Amino acid sequence: MDTVISVASLLCLLLGSFLCLSGGVGILRFPDFYTRMHAVGVTDTLASAMILMGLMLQGAEANVVIKLIIILLMTLFINPTASYALAKAAMYSGLKPLLNMQKSKRG
Amino acid sequence: MLIAASVAILIVMGMAIIRAVVGPTLYDRILAVNMFGTKTVLLIALLGFVMGRPEFLDIAIVYALINFISVIAVLHFSDSIYFKHDTQDKKTVKKEE
Repeated sequence: MDTVISVASLLCLLLGSFLCLSGGVGILRFPDFYTRMHAVGVTDTLASAMILMGLMLQGAEANVVIKLIIILLMTLFINPTASYALAKAAMYSGLKPLLNMQKSKRG
Repeated sequence: MLIAASVAILIVMGMAIIRAVVGPTLYDRILAVNMFGTKTVLLIALLGFVMGRPEFLDIAIVYALINFISVIAVLHFSDSIYFKHDTQDKKTVKKEE
């Protein structure tokens, strides 16, 4: 049973690290603000959930697991709210999305 | 494995700093700072497990709340009229002219 739990924790941590790295590559290489926000917003929630679940499987005491669940819930509530507020502020301030990729040479 | 995940998160934090320095618009910088804060929460939780001191999770909870408050505060401030002309890309400004 211990090996099953440790292997599951390892898989969760690996997947979370991979998603974190893909989000980092996305924030560097995407051409537009809104696409960058997509990369960050999509990977942040799932990567955080995966890493925190991997830690939860390793936590020995109920105290630790409850704190990790609190962090996970706050991440899942806070990140979409911040993304929404950021997109709304950018849209209201007149930042236009990049619509035609062929006209722009950036990318 | 915990140390490998910590190193991956540190690399991602470096990428976020690069985007925050390079970023053409104000909102790119805010986005990068938000991502940096989220990754900091994860890093604190992981380091607590690496060092064998799970009390670090309290600090992670507080850091998540501070990160959210700071992002929302900066966004409210950026609604004021002093930011209106600084937020746009130089390209879009030229197109509108």
